[in-house]
Order: sequence, then C-alpha cells, then structure tokens
Amino acid sequence: MNALRSENSGVSIVLCGQAGQGIQTVEKLLTSILKASGWNVFATKEYMSRIRGGTNSTLIRVGSKPVRGFINRIDVLAALDKSAGGHLAKRISPETVIMGEKEVLSGFGDTGSFFEAGFSQAAKDLGGKVYANTVAVGALLRLLGIPAEEVKEPLERFFGGKSDEIIEKNQQALQKGFEMAEKPAEDFGAGLKLSGEPDVQGRMLVNGAQAVGLGALAGGCNFISSYPMSPSTAVLAFLAQNGGGLGLIAEQAEDEIAAVNMAVGAWYAGARAMITTSGGGFALMSEGVSLAGMMESPLVMHLAQRPGPATGLPTRTEQGDLELALYSGHGEFPRIILAPGTLSEAFSLAKKAFDTADKYQVPVIILTDQYFMDSYYNTETFSLEGLKKSSYITKTDKDYLRYKLTENGISPRGVPGFGEGLVCQDSDEHDQQGRITEDLELRVKMNDKRLKKLEAAKAETVQPSLVGAEDYENIIVCWGSNYNIVKEAIELSGRSDTAMLHFSQVYPVPEKAIEKLKRAKKTAVLENNATGQFAKLLKLQLDFEPDEKILKYNGMPFAADALSEKINEMF
Amino acid sequence: MNADKFDMGNIDIAWCPGCGNFSILDVLKDSLAELEISPEQLVMVSGIGQAAKIPHYLKANFFNGLHGRALSPATAIKVSSPSLTVIAESGDGDMYGEGGNHFIHTIRRNPNITNIVHDNMVYGLTKGQASPTSRPGFKTGVQINGVVLEPFNPLAVAIGLDAGFAARTSITDKELTKDIIKQAVRHNGYALVDLLQPCPSFNKVNNYKWFKENTYRLEDTHDPSERDRAFSLACKTDKLALGVFYKSQKPSFEENISAGPEPLHEKRLDTDKLESLIKSFAS
Ligand SMILES: Cc1ncc(C[n+]2csc(CCOP(=O)(O)OP(=O)(O)O)c2C)c(N)n1
Ligand code: SF4
Repeated sequence: MNALRSENSGVSIVLCGQAGQGIQTVEKLLTSILKASGWNVFATKEYMSRIRGGTNSTLIRVGSKPVRGFINRIDVLAALDKSAGGHLAKRISPETVIMGEKEVLSGFGDTGSFFEAGFSQAAKDLGGKVYANTVAVGALLRLLGIPAEEVKEPLERFFGGKSDEIIEKNQQALQKGFEMAEKPAEDFGAGLKLSGEPDVQGRMLVNGAQAVGLGALAGGCNFISSYPMSPSTAVLAFLAQNGGGLGLIAEQAEDEIAAVNMAVGAWYAGARAMITTSGGGFALMSEGVSLAGMMESPLVMHLAQRPGPATGLPTRTEQGDLELALYSGHGEFPRIILAPGTLSEAFSLAKKAFDTADKYQVPVIILTDQYFMDSYYNTETFSLEGLKKSSYITKTDKDYLRYKLTENGISPRGVPGFGEGLVCQDSDEHDQQGRITEDLELRVKMNDKRLKKLEAAKAETVQPSLVGAEDYENIIVCWGSNYNIVKEAIELSGRSDTAMLHFSQVYPVPEKAIEKLKRAKKTAVLENNATGQFAKLLKLQLDFEPDEKILKYNGMPFAADALSEKINEMF
Repeated sequence: MNADKFDMGNIDIAWCPGCGNFSILDVLKDSLAELEISPEQLVMVSGIGQAAKIPHYLKANFFNGLHGRALSPATAIKVSSPSLTVIAESGDGDMYGEGGNHFIHTIRRNPNITNIVHDNMVYGLTKGQASPTSRPGFKTGVQINGVVLEPFNPLAVAIGLDAGFAARTSITDKELTKDIIKQAVRHNGYALVDLLQPCPSFNKVNNYKWFKENTYRLEDTHDPSERDRAFSLACKTDKLALGVFYKSQKPSFEENISAGPEPLHEKRLDTDKLESLIKSFAS
C-alpha cells in the first residue's frame, strides 16, 4: 500500500459503475467532505454517451499538496458494477484496493486487493437503498485514514436544508461505512500519513465550465445564446442558472446558426454576448465567425472540444478543433484564440476575452475540451480586484461613421439609439458609413483596415508560461487543458533538466516564445490530437519544428504518471 | 413627421427599373413617418437578396447580415435594447427558404419585431430560380420542367403556430400595405407581413396584372381573433386574400424573459453580487 502514502501524488480513488448508479453523488459528497476537512482534491470523469447503464468512471485524487490532473494509477477502486473490472483492467495493479459488493467483485480477475463490502444490506438495515452511497463514502474515508469526528460537520453541511432525520440517517450510514472498512484498512495498511491544510477549506472548488462561466460574468457577459451540445452545454446552463441576478439574458436558440447570429446582433445593440458550443456546432457557426469578421463585431465564442469528425465520441476529450477555430469562416480577417490551462486561467481569460473582443472588434475564441469542462479541483478564490467595467462604446454624433478608417484600423463603435448618429453594419463590403460598395480601391482599404487590427491586438498577447527547470535542456510544449498534466508528469519524472512551455494563447502565437524554444537542446510538442495541429501552427508562425511529437487521440486525456515514464524514455 | 426624414438623397439604387421594390420603399417610409418613428430609434435588419438591400436605401440604423439570418439578430437587437423599433425585412427566399427554421422559431419566440417579407415568388439576386413560394409549374433555368414542390404557405404556418400577428398584402394595393405595416409595427410581439411583389425581371407569370387579378381584400367583417377561420382562409390559394388574417395578444419574448426596458449597454455589472456568487464556491 505504498501508493496510499505517496507524498507527491496523494491517493487516487476511482468510482466505477453504470450511469444512474449514484457515482456522481458519491463523488460530490466525498470531494466536498474532503475539501471541507482541509484536503486538496481533484476529480474528473469519463463517461459514455448514454443516460443509463454503460460503464463510467470518476477519478478522485486527494492530497495534502495540490493534485490537479489525470493519472492512470488507481489506489482505491469503488466498484459499483461488474463491468468495472474489464473497463479498468489496464489501470488496476496488485496494490489497488478494490471494494464492492460480493457479486460485483466476481467480475474481477486475480489482480488487486479485495475488500468485500455489503453496502446495500447496510443501507437496507438503515431503512432505504438511498443510504448505500453514504455507506460507501464512509468506507472510503476510513481507508484514507480520516477520523470519523472530522467529517461529521462537513456531512451535515452537505445535507444542509434536509430534515434532521435525513441528516441523522446519513450520519449513521457514514458511521456504518467506517466500521465496515475498519479491518480492511488495517489489513491493507491504508491511511494517509499526510495532514490536511486548513487554508484549503476557504478555497473554491469549481470545474472548468463554472470557471469559464464566472470569467464570462466578470467580463461583463450579459447575453448568451446557444444550442446544447456536449461538453459545452454546462456553460450555457451555468449562465442560465446564475446570470439572471446579474441581468444576463440566456436563450436556447433553435440551432447554432441562430445562436451565433443572435450573438452578433446582441453586440451590435450593445450587449456583451457569447456563445458556447462544441466542434459540430462551431462548424455550423462558421458563417457567424465570418460575419463578425466583416462587420467588425466583437464576438466571444467558447468551443469545448470533443473527438470528431462529425459526431465523433460525444462525451470524450480531444484537442482536435484548433484548426477549425483557426480557419473557420471564409475570407481573411483577424481573430484571437485563447486556450486556458488552469481553472484560474479559465476565469481570467474568459474575462479578458470580452475586453479584447470589444476593444479590437474581433471574434475571440476560447478553446477548452471535455476533460477541462468536467474536471475540478480546489483553487485560489477568483479575484475581482481591479475589475473595472471598460466600455468601448462611443456615443455617436450626427456624422458618425461606423467604419471610419483609422491609423490602427479600430473605428469607434457606436450602438443604435445612443447618440445622434446612425449605426450601419454590413456583411457586404462597405464604405466608412457601412453602406454596400463595389469600389475596389475601397475594398482594399477596408480589408487592410480589418487585418491591421490583429497587429494592434498583439499588444494584448498572452505570453506562454515556462514551468519547471530554469536552466532546462528539454522543453515540452503544450497548450490548453494539458497544463496540469504535463506539469505533474515532469515533477513525477524527477527530471531537473526538463521544463514545460504552456501556451494559453494559441493564435496569434506569441512571437517571443521562439527565444525560449531555441534555448532547449531537445523539444517535444504534446497535444490531444492525431496530426499535431499546434505543432503545425508553430512551424507556420515561428518556423519552429520540434524533435518529437507526443500525440494522443483515443478520447482520453494524457495521464501524468504514464507521461512521466514517457519523458524519461524520450529525454 | 415627413417621410423625407428617411431619404438617403441621391444614391445609386441596385434594383431593376420598374421593380415593385421601389413602391415598397416609398410605402415603408410613409408608414414610418406616420408612426412618428425617428431614424435614430429604428433598426432595419435584413439578410441577403434584392429585397434585403432595403436598409441601404432608407435612412436608419441597420444590420444587413447574412442570407436567411435576419430574424436572429433582429430578435437579439430588440431584447438587448428594447426601446428600439426593429424591422426585419427581406425576400421570400431569405425568410422562408434559407431562414425557414428561424422563421418558425421566431414566431414561437414572439419578440416584438416586425417581419416584412417581399414575396415575389422567385429568387431575384441569383437571377431567377424558384423560391419556396413559387407556384407549381413555374419554369426557371433550374426548375426546367416547372416547379413540382408544394409552395410554402407562410400565413398558414404562422397561424398554425399561433403567431401574434399574421397579414398578407400586395404592393399592387399601396393603401392597404401602408395600413398593414402600421398595424404590424404597433403590434406588441412578432408581426408577419407577407408582402406580394411583382419581379418584372425574373417572374413573368406573377406580374402586376396577375396580382391584381388574383388577390382580393378580406371583408371588413373578418374577425382576426378567429383562428380557425383565419387558417382556412390562409389555406385557400386559388385567389389570395389580403389583410390582417390573425391577431393574438400574448406577452412578447422580452416581457417573458423580463429583460426590462433598459438597454444592456447601460447596465452596470453588480460586482457585489458576482463576488458573492464566486464566494459560494468556496464554502
Ligand atoms: C449562404 C448563402 N447562400 C446563397 C447565397 C446567394 N443568394 C443571394 S440572394 C439569394 C436569394 C434571394 O432571394 P429572395 O430572398 O427571394 O430575394 P430577392 O432577391 O428575390 O429579393 C441567394 C440564394 C448567399 N448570399 N448566401
Ligand atoms: S430582380 Fe426582380 S425583385 Fe429584384 S430588383 Fe429586379 S425586378 Fe425587383
């Protein structure tokens, strides 16, 4: 049971079973109790595209140090269904403690340390099947070596608002679980040696979707129109549920085409609008990206990637849509693509997206993915410090020109009804007033004006972060959701000659990055796709070519532990 | 108010000589003037096509967007800045063909906008292909043996969906057209005006004479609150009735989502509320 005492990577617990069996309840209860008692937690899930049945799993990591990424290793497996054995076979080792009901354990081979637990009987004794999940949580907490007294209060808080009877029953269920795991815990020598950090308690526990949603609100987002598509829907739902009190309008459009055209219309009238979608929906929105390009409309688009082409693997993860985001929409016009690596970055970049879009009147695309949307961990509470509502809207005068030719290409943007002028926006090539033109000289001027804005926007470029050894020999380049995975993999590899260069702005590629890349003896680009889309972009924009590419596209995220071995093989 | 207020002065207009679009433009200006709407408070939204160029020929704010997409931005503009008068105006191909899905769902959504559709039963700007409202047998360079598809019936669809306001008129009857446009703009909620229009360049069948001979005004006794009657009138296509077929009073989209009268660009972010939302994730 060495794994259970790992200083660096804490304990890794996997819950596995069918959809509808209550995995999410266990996950929620366990993480909130652990976090409330001062433990760092991380959770992420992988699931099938179905509502009931199938085999789904959730990874929960607990540590006294921050734990923030996916790993393959399983220390404790709570199996709710026989199929867990086959589903997770490659991740189970002799040291994995597998707990579950008798008939569920029969679905496993010989590998693993087994702990037969009668959750349903215990629940029945307490008066109902509903308590089975709480019994399981009690057993897990005992295996982690967390004292029962410590979790009494957090449990009460979790069930806050429920009747005294329900709270009492759940306390008993938890206690039952503790007792059940008493002997196995001793047999397996389980228990965390580390202690929790009290200051974890006050931190936030959010997932990627919530971080993007909160960032959007901080960026002044007051309009969202979207059409549901996994894994992006959570942002729409989050804003619909939490934005109302802040005056946000949320509309489920009839399709993605309507959604994006609404968003451009809303910006025109002075709203700060966004859409959220996945690859298939973004493909439909291409015309809106192009419209924003021509109209010089600000637009914020959140694209949560999943494997394609077409409907692909609807509930899995991939970084396969960078090129879609980059080249979507016909014609030539500027855009900016951001890809947050951490939750706090998701907050700050979503906020920034609105400002940048507004200031330069360009589409800004936030690229995340299923893994990022569905993962959560405790993080520093997002700060609103220094937040000022920066409005770039001009009050118009009689002679107002929507597309006034200016030095840097940015024309003051008015909105209808605010001032004496008229605001005319056109999807056709237009003159300074916004009226259709077929003056070909003016066409060139207008095109130049639009493209020039990208140069201006470069002032706001988000520089990549270099993490790890200062005097590195090797660099692993990654972007978006791989931040925490690569960071941890390098730590686990124990290599002091290797660093990570993580890009949170993938387009335009920050030019200065080339200096850091050139200083490395050996470089690798790591991406969750099959063709190395960001590597291609690095070649195009920086004329940089890595020595290696590490690519994964089976629908699962990279695993920090497997990656650390790969690093040691490669460098 | 004088209709000159909406004049663009001496501009180059891309419509064909003799086209019904010119009269539509004139009637629209008169209607707006009589409604006392100022150009600064008016937003004309259109898609793409010959009809869709109308915002360029009238002095007002405008959003001349993409083919088929006038209704989506129009809805968003209205809800983001509710005191504006928003008119979505385009051709039959634009609204009923490329924009068909939005047409259906905008009726369901019921934003307080006016939707004027220049229905010339043909695609003008792409030079004469069939439109969704082209009549069976209509021959074009694409439909070489004549249209075989059942024509789209905007009135029947709108009434079927319980639209707030559904009317048909023809530019061959200017007085009626003006009256209907004014009623449509005044109506609280989505208002459809299917506006029959001859296209002398590409529709030689449904010309001025044809519209005169094949349309008639609804009787004064017609009660627009009677949905069944309105629907059965809409289904009659041998001769086309003109007038307000159907009206129903119901809350608009903006009222339903309680957006409030203040435009979104004037609203300030309540940072205290956001702060407490953020904090709720830390407990
Ligand atoms: C996405 C897209 N598809 C096709 C076109 C080409 N197009 C321009 S106008 C038009 C039809 C317009 O017909 P209608 O709305 O009836 O207007 P009219 O020109 O008759 O007034 C088409 C197909 C386009 N601009 N965009
Ligand atoms: S194509 Fe037809 S509808 Fe269009 S401007 Fe010419 S005549 Fe009018």
